[in-house]
Amino acid sequence: MDWQTLASKLFPGGHDIVEHDSFLSGSGQVDAGAGADAAARTVAVIGTTGHAPIGIEIALAQAQAVLRTVREHPGRAILILVDTQGQRLRHRDEMLGINSYMAHLGKCIDFARRQGHTVLGLVYDQALSGGFITSGLIADACFALPQATIRVMGLPAMARITKVPEDRLTELAMDNPVFAPGAENYLRMGGLQAIWEPGPGVESTDAAAISLPDASANASANSSASASANSSASALASALAKALAQVEPTDRRMALGEARGGRHMAQAVAQAVRTGGDVRPA
Amino acid sequence: MSSYLERGARGRIPAIFDAGSFEEFLGPSARVVSPHLAQLDVPVSFDDGVVVGRGLLGGQRVFGAAQEGGFMGGAVGEVHGAKLVGMLGRAIDEGAQAVLLLLESGGVRLHEANAGLIAVSEVMRAILDVRAAGIPVIAAVGGANGCFGGMGIAARCANTVIMSEEGRLAMSGPEVIETANGVEEFDSKDRALVWRTTGGKHRYLLGDCQVLVADDTGAFRAAAIAAIEALTGAARIGAAALTLDALQAEQAMLERRIRDFGALAEPMDIWRQLGVPDPAGVSMLEADDFVAMAAGHRAGPVTGDR
Repeated sequence: MDWQTLASKLFPGGHDIVEHDSFLSGSGQVDAGAGADAAARTVAVIGTTGHAPIGIEIALAQAQAVLRTVREHPGRAILILVDTQGQRLRHRDEMLGINSYMAHLGKCIDFARRQGHTVLGLVYDQALSGGFITSGLIADACFALPQATIRVMGLPAMARITKVPEDRLTELAMDNPVFAPGAENYLRMGGLQAIWEPGPGVESTDAAAISLPDASANASANSSASASANSSASALASALAKALAQVEPTDRRMALGEARGGRHMAQAVAQAVRTGGDVRPA
Repeated sequence: MSSYLERGARGRIPAIFDAGSFEEFLGPSARVVSPHLAQLDVPVSFDDGVVVGRGLLGGQRVFGAAQEGGFMGGAVGEVHGAKLVGMLGRAIDEGAQAVLLLLESGGVRLHEANAGLIAVSEVMRAILDVRAAGIPVIAAVGGANGCFGGMGIAARCANTVIMSEEGRLAMSGPEVIETANGVEEFDSKDRALVWRTTGGKHRYLLGDCQVLVADDTGAFRAAAIAAIEALTGAARIGAAALTLDALQAEQAMLERRIRDFGALAEPMDIWRQLGVPDPAGVSMLEADDFVAMAAGHRAGPVTGDR
């Protein structure tokens, strides 16, 4: 889904998001229901499009937009729209310290969160490795559209680097979320809070939410949308409104990964280290 | 002199922390290993490549970790990352004076692809949780494998980065860039170019590293103690946490860097523009002489609270 279509579905009440060199910024009006005041209905939007490689300029532009939101609109929620092929692979970026630019973006988002800005990520197309760590993965909660591609790298490249035959990786990827790309695997591992079904009228013909036991926000968002005249628009708008209302500031990803059966060790190990106990098998 | 670079994680810990003071959490005897490597017929390690625990550093209660470059290049897998996250959480629970991270890592462990990526992001957030609790985080980079990928980002989430000249700090490794965009883009075999682009002296001149020391465990130890002292003294209460002022200063620094050096292609041209009198001679300078020479020419802020 292109970002314009996405924005119109997320913000049926209007938005002023603009694209500048693959960098998206602006704001949108959330359908927060009657009684919500205007300030609560406005969400700041930053992001990237066109599978943008994240170089130092676009990382800095996103950081600037976050800092501006903190300065000028205290408490305003921030939605990060993710579509990236990963960090830009150039000598110039490394020479100028791209890791520092990425870290700066991550710190700005983290600071905003601690200042009371709810921060959500939405992978609407593609998310890869370094471009994802300081965007969707540092939000309070990250979501994805069902067709989103999320991965560290492709299996052929992984085979080359790990020296594990590609056939073996392909076989493992069939039922192991660790090796396979895709939104559903990140959901199982806790990296995504939920998958937002756009509803009928777009590429997907399946209007049912991908519903896991703890993904109730997602499921109800979709069921409540089905009666609407413009259901595909309001399914996403409703999912966004619900997510904004229900987000938690603590990092629950390990617990989610354990509960969903996609990451068995992380929660137990972190808890054992933190409390001085033993690791019990999940 | 006792080389920091030549020691493994388990050799660095006792050389940096006060003698005999370090207590490891979930050590190798617990045999908590990666659940993913065995599936790939890859050997596991009983500590999954990282030592975490707490000890004394200059008499202060400091929590710490050391990544083992000898095991999968120090790369972060599910268990490795969870150990770091658990230690960082415990540092908050127990009111640590500081956290010291001895980083040596290629970033995400590709054998645990998705689990590694999520784990690195959890480590980043946990580091920032520690800072938000008012506890300073110090990162040391001086191992043979450098500090790359997501851990290169995580290092710059610390209050202070201490490097040796031999340490390397960056995002994508030269081989990755060469593979993607050709040898003309970045010749990974040109060791001098790799060093000029990612090495400690360049990072120090740019302002991405706050302390440059010789490849010596005693020098790293002294620098860590001084960095903690600078961030926890009576006048610096709360200095560990991120502030809007500090982030805006960092934003300005990073904007200036693109404006001033964005059109240059060679690190030595950056050094020349910074006013370094003899860029070609920089590689020959010992750490102390280099730091003395660099005074007044560094691009970044002098204090280590970014």
